[in-house]
Amino acid sequence: MDLNTLWFILVAVLFIGFFFLEGFDYGVGILLPFLGKKDLERRAIINSIGTHWDGNEVWMITAGGAMFAAFPNLYATLFSGFYLALVVMLLALITRGVAFEYRSKKEDPVWRNRWDWAIFVGSFIPALLWGVAISNIIRGVPIDENMNFTGNFFTLLNPYSLIGGIASLFLFTLHGSIFLSLKLTDNLLDRARSIAGKLWLVATALLFIYVICGYFYTDMFSKLGVNPGAIPILAGLAILSVRYLLKIKREGWAFVMTGITIAFSTITIFVGLFPRLMVSSTNPDWSLTIYNASSSPYTLKVMSIVAVIFVPIVLAYQAWSYWMFRKRISTKQKMEY
Amino acid sequence: MDVLTLARWQFAITTVYHFFFVPITLGLSIAVAIMQTAYYRTGNKVYKKMTKFWGKLFLINFAIGVVTGIVLEFQFGMNWSEYSRFMGDIFGAPLAIEALLAFFMESTFLGVWIFGWDRIPKKMHLASIWLVAIGSNLSAVWILAANSFMQHPVGYAIRNGRAEMTDFFALITNGHLWVQFPHVFLGAVATAGFLILSISAYQLVKKQKHEVFIKSFKFGAVYASIGSLLVILLGHTQAQYMVKIQPMKMAAAEALWDSESPAAMSLFTVGDEKNLKDVFAIKIPGLLSFLAYNKFEGEVKGINDLQSEDEAKYGPGDYVPPVAVSYWTFRIMVGAGVLMLLIAFLSTLKALKENYEFKPLWYKVVFWSMLLPVIANSSGWLFTEIARQPWTVFGLFTTAESVSNTVTAGEVLFSLIAYTLVYGLMMVIMIGLMTKYAKQDVDEIEKEEELIDDSILSNA
Repeated sequence: MDLNTLWFILVAVLFIGFFFLEGFDYGVGILLPFLGKKDLERRAIINSIGTHWDGNEVWMITAGGAMFAAFPNLYATLFSGFYLALVVMLLALITRGVAFEYRSKKEDPVWRNRWDWAIFVGSFIPALLWGVAISNIIRGVPIDENMNFTGNFFTLLNPYSLIGGIASLFLFTLHGSIFLSLKLTDNLLDRARSIAGKLWLVATALLFIYVICGYFYTDMFSKLGVNPGAIPILAGLAILSVRYLLKIKREGWAFVMTGITIAFSTITIFVGLFPRLMVSSTNPDWSLTIYNASSSPYTLKVMSIVAVIFVPIVLAYQAWSYWMFRKRISTKQKMEY
Repeated sequence: MDVLTLARWQFAITTVYHFFFVPITLGLSIAVAIMQTAYYRTGNKVYKKMTKFWGKLFLINFAIGVVTGIVLEFQFGMNWSEYSRFMGDIFGAPLAIEALLAFFMESTFLGVWIFGWDRIPKKMHLASIWLVAIGSNLSAVWILAANSFMQHPVGYAIRNGRAEMTDFFALITNGHLWVQFPHVFLGAVATAGFLILSISAYQLVKKQKHEVFIKSFKFGAVYASIGSLLVILLGHTQAQYMVKIQPMKMAAAEALWDSESPAAMSLFTVGDEKNLKDVFAIKIPGLLSFLAYNKFEGEVKGINDLQSEDEAKYGPGDYVPPVAVSYWTFRIMVGAGVLMLLIAFLSTLKALKENYEFKPLWYKVVFWSMLLPVIANSSGWLFTEIARQPWTVFGLFTTAESVSNTVTAGEVLFSLIAYTLVYGLMMVIMIGLMTKYAKQDVDEIEKEEELIDDSILSNA
């Protein structure tokens, strides 16, 4: 395996980590105003991700940095091409991050309510837009022979990517509701469980519609064939099992299963892309690949050494912090946010 | 306005804004870690209150620093895609490493620190704030490694139509990095020192002579003194380095049109930027040579000569940065730095004498002095980036070549307005919240603590 392939895998791993972790805290943010009726309940919901949301977001920042370092042309084409969508997403992320920190620093109910809706919008937009973005990358967008995006904002809003966006939105929200049913107590726990059951149906339906659309709008069919292999099938089975696991109140396993769905769906998309990074709908030959978009072998080597040393360290201390703060949050306890 | 001008404005606004918060994060994280260490060692509750009080302000500041940083990381690709293509092989590496080594550590352990009070062992909790401080400052090293490459490119070759990295070690041992990082770091120490000093003075004058703020005032005075003194000494080293590697920048900083030997330093110049000459100037003979070489002789090259040299090297073009902006931002930075040193020393003297009476004028000076480092930081960065023009990477790639060619002026105008509005709103909210917590009665924090302690017990 060459270093270009290794970095393709590493970028995929960063996106999996990002979608798995930020996925549930986007979901928690989206559910916040609906699950939390009273202020203390909303505080408990925010505190359930309080320790982790910032560390989770760094997965996205690192994925961005890794694309810049390993595939500068991908970083350049994607970020300049999806300009307005990214501006909207950045504004959402700015509001969301500040909201977590500022919300409970004043007693004023109007202040708190506004920040709660900021958290909702700030989580809703990226949860939707990442699905839109990934779908466009695999579906293909107009890219010319100089790797320049030649479409505009509306090019990105096509039926396939919108379904992808809504599917990711609901999948993340489901993932978040199951996370909450692992972290909350009493009334809140009941509400999280009940909404998880409802979200499951919508998320699963959307995911299957998205998969079917994938066969029409992308070249996944020709790449994967009638028998798509184990990974996409496992992703599908995992989400189907969630219904049963929720029913018997095994939320831990249900969370693992939505996690597998997110991870394996992401892998499926990356496998479908390989060895491309962005598909050109103008001319397949103008697609960005792990070769024409990559850094030099020397840079890839340096970055590989850095990644091999530090990715395990990061994983270790992040896992440790989840373990340290694994307890459920009740409305009766000390809350930081 | 064209897309280049708009993108430059957006970069300037988003970067300077981000850097209002960064130095406070860098300096205050260490300050809070020191306070908590004192608490850990002595068990003295005063230090615990200090840690909590300044820790709150740290977090209010930190939140905006983080989210505005994401914009910067994305902006290279969004607005400067041609730069990213040409430089990505080198420039992307430190950014990715920054995220992997520093941001993960900073953000993960900040969560541990915020939520760890009374929940995790004290030693572990103390370690977490130190890891936050180390992570923040480590991130500064990596982003400055990237910036240093732009000022002084090393360890690269032009191949395959772009700049490619040939020596990673050269990138991180870049001489520019190791004069720039200490300068930024000490500037951050001074920034945090003044914040502590000013707010402590406010509490001592307007509230009460509480031990927490007497100790904080002392700490702030010493911290600000160390930062201000060393940042000036290092600034001097940095300027001497600049004469060697970026003579045009130095010439612009001094509005030195023609080479002089020995060179005089301008105290006040009104220049004619079109014809590259003075209209009116007050100068001290020989001083610029002294600053450049530590002796009153030696030639410092002027803008006109450097322009001809650059034309010979890079072909016809205008290689002169905006002189008036460079000249004045440089002076504002130095002026603010000198005032900082003066106020910090006077405050330290007062603190040594245990004198915490403030005459009205002196109080005003000390209170508003927290803005001096902010002014110095911003003008310093404006100087260092503007006086590098017309280049993004010195001698290799120009700003005009760097801008995204698929993003329209309308799109950038939209984002520029959107960022400015949101940033403006955030600033108002942040200052409001900072004020609220700066005015807080420290004993109230302790009462809150007791309530919390009770609730934990009743929960158990």
